[in-house]
Amino acid sequence: MIRNRKVLEKKIVVAVIFFFALISVFTTFGIIGVLIQETILFFQQVSIIEFLTGTRWTPLFATKKFGVLPLVNGTVLVASGAMFIALPLGLLAAIYMSEYASPKARTVLKPFLEVLAGIPTVVYGYFALLFVTPILKSIFPQTQSFNGLSASIVMGFMILPTVASISEDALSAVPRSLREAAYALGATKAEVATQVVIPAALSGIAAAFILAISRAIGETMIVAIAAGQQPKMTLNPLESIETMTAYIVQVSLGDTPHQSIAYQTIFAVGMLLFVMTLVMNIISYFFTKRFREVYE
Amino acid sequence: MSAISSLRDLTYERQLTIRQRKGRVLEVIAFFSILLGIAILLTLLIDVFLDGLPWLHPRLFTEFPSRFPEKAGLRSALQGSIWLMVFTALMAIPIGVGAGIYLEEFAPKNRLTEFIEINIANLAGVPSIIYGLLGLGLFVRGLGLGRSLLAGALTMTLLVLPIIIVTTREAIRAVPRSIRLAALALGANEWETARDHVLAYSMPAILTGVILAMSRAIGETAPLITIGALTYIAFDLRGPLDIFTVLPIQIFNWVSLPQKDFQNLAAAGIIVLLALLLSMNAIAIWLRNRLFIRW
Amino acid sequence: MNENHQVILETRNLNIYYGNFQAVANVNLQIPRHKITAIIGPSGCGKSTLLRSFNRMNELVPSARTEGEILFNNENIYDPSIDPVEVRRRIGMVFQKPNPFPKSIYENIAWGLRINGFRGSKSDLDNLVEEALRDAALWDEVKDKLDQSGLSLSGGQQQRLCIARTIALRPEVILMDEPASALDPIATLRIEELMQELKNNYTIIIVTHNMQQAARVSDYTAMMMLLNHEERVGTVIEFDRTKTIFTNPKDKRTEDYVTGRFG
Repeated sequence: MIRNRKVLEKKIVVAVIFFFALISVFTTFGIIGVLIQETILFFQQVSIIEFLTGTRWTPLFATKKFGVLPLVNGTVLVASGAMFIALPLGLLAAIYMSEYASPKARTVLKPFLEVLAGIPTVVYGYFALLFVTPILKSIFPQTQSFNGLSASIVMGFMILPTVASISEDALSAVPRSLREAAYALGATKAEVATQVVIPAALSGIAAAFILAISRAIGETMIVAIAAGQQPKMTLNPLESIETMTAYIVQVSLGDTPHQSIAYQTIFAVGMLLFVMTLVMNIISYFFTKRFREVYE
Repeated sequence: MSAISSLRDLTYERQLTIRQRKGRVLEVIAFFSILLGIAILLTLLIDVFLDGLPWLHPRLFTEFPSRFPEKAGLRSALQGSIWLMVFTALMAIPIGVGAGIYLEEFAPKNRLTEFIEINIANLAGVPSIIYGLLGLGLFVRGLGLGRSLLAGALTMTLLVLPIIIVTTREAIRAVPRSIRLAALALGANEWETARDHVLAYSMPAILTGVILAMSRAIGETAPLITIGALTYIAFDLRGPLDIFTVLPIQIFNWVSLPQKDFQNLAAAGIIVLLALLLSMNAIAIWLRNRLFIRW
Repeated sequence: MNENHQVILETRNLNIYYGNFQAVANVNLQIPRHKITAIIGPSGCGKSTLLRSFNRMNELVPSARTEGEILFNNENIYDPSIDPVEVRRRIGMVFQKPNPFPKSIYENIAWGLRINGFRGSKSDLDNLVEEALRDAALWDEVKDKLDQSGLSLSGGQQQRLCIARTIALRPEVILMDEPASALDPIATLRIEELMQELKNNYTIIIVTHNMQQAARVSDYTAMMMLLNHEERVGTVIEFDRTKTIFTNPKDKRTEDYVTGRFG
């Protein structure tokens, strides 16, 4: 009967697409599984204490040291530099878009920000190494050819649209009634924006900021191209450094036999990176959720 | 004479002038933040075009990479990128759209569904290089696919799935309830309703998401480097199990070389990559408009 | 209109548009000082739009345009030299749905004072906050929890908090846009009682679609109607003492409306 065939078709289809939805769960388990498997092998040879507290990282040298802190240092250095640009500029851009821009201006400006967000990171890497670094060199002659600062600057602009777009969503979600209440008390537009709308959207903005930090930590190509391959504990942004992601790229480019300790290091570093971004994504998720509960 | 004037409070007026001036300052600064972003974008594009245009030569499309910049081309990288795109699309679109339909139309409200949703939200935020490590451990080594195009496409599929799922869900959510009810009232079951009506109605928006995902995939470099896509390939791609390279990796390779000529070649490669991205988006807009008219 | 009363607000040939669409046409009203004036009429006839023109709130909608004059103490508030911020500071507004800020009860009131240039001591500010809450008949209910969120109050209390926040600035006029429509009957009654007290010091203009409410609380009533149903342009068809409007209206349409024979 047609009816039975229809019911059967529906059942099969729903089962298949349910399986498709489960693939996301498999992916997460896959990531954790692969990372743990190799990380365990790694920690059978290197103490976890040395890994987490050591300040020298030379797994590819004859005398191998496995202190991951120089890579973390490089990552944090570049990411914080990027945040100096992306967070304030992104939030200001969001304020302009949601509070000041006419609908017409918005339709003109928005595509630019979307293009900025859509450019492949390897292009940004090119720009950092071959455009920004020469400028930095002319300003600060001691700038090294590979340096954290050029990566920071370019990464900041790369992440700016993410911050702007998520913050703008949060600002726009603040109910009109709150703005009207403030205007009716004789507040100026800027007072409404900074003292009413931003505080009301704070958890949404926080979510945007944390997501931005997480993106900066995980960003790979800009740092792999422009920041160098010298893991060190420096706070000088003009020196060559190495980030966790750039290290993974460096090893992947070489012909590292798997089973070797060098091969396992990229999974240990990857594990650390995964945990760091996971924690931030979870915090961001809860901020977003809290924001939605209040206003949606 | 007038009362606002008689009540006029000079202190208030002076303060208001200052308050409004502060507001103007905020507006100007906020506007310049956007302008700065746009200025950087334009600078980047101009820089790349100035460097790359002289090297944009038909040879770029016909030649394999070479040690000599004047002989080097993107042939293998273009093949790799396009085939990677095709295989990724073939896997990611049905899976992503299917999962999106499931979550929006069929998923019961329970723990498992919530877990899947949190999972997808989280996966969207996992750095792409981590997907590379997953691909390396699972597809290259685990399934023994080696550094093949297929391993790359599988990795890319997992990477872009969250994007497709999320946009599919948003697209479906925007479908008016009345359409669903109308179809159900005609005796269609939920699957037929989803397939024939909800999907058709939300197709343009889903397509936008798919293009977004594919744009992401075509520009991704890090995960493919991690799974071991090579930078120097001097033969045509013959099948999904062949080793491969892609445009961004070739660009990365050229940027990393010290010779200025290779760096300019990289700029030319970037122009090709951006043109590819642009035409993908243009096709998407064209398709979307066509679909809209048909509906 | 009775000439004994001083006029505080006067509209002259007021026309309000949203883009190409006209919402309110040709309104000429004289609002008496220290009285309660009600604006009534069927829904969609431009009552809120008219009310919002008195403190230039309409301008927050980008497409809105106002023609004509509104004289506030004989000065045109739409004069290009006048900052709408100053107008709103002198002509306060209470909205349909209570909209306290997601801040403490205390801050809800202190914020308006602060942005408007309050520079005194903490104890002065405390006094002003207390005074405003007392005037809004809310003090006894909230004096022990001033640091709690304004959103933790009941709907009626929230609305009185919004009134308190408005009168803390000592405006001359308070515009009320259906201030009790989201409240239960008891909370509504309290707001109405409060309005009677406030009228000693303030001029109140209230939009309501509840005719009993208009009859109960107001001294004067403006009756609005759609001039033209196709284009949905509203105007004031009659303005008089509330008693006259409800017992002896001049316009047939007003009579139909107040006696419930309308639509």
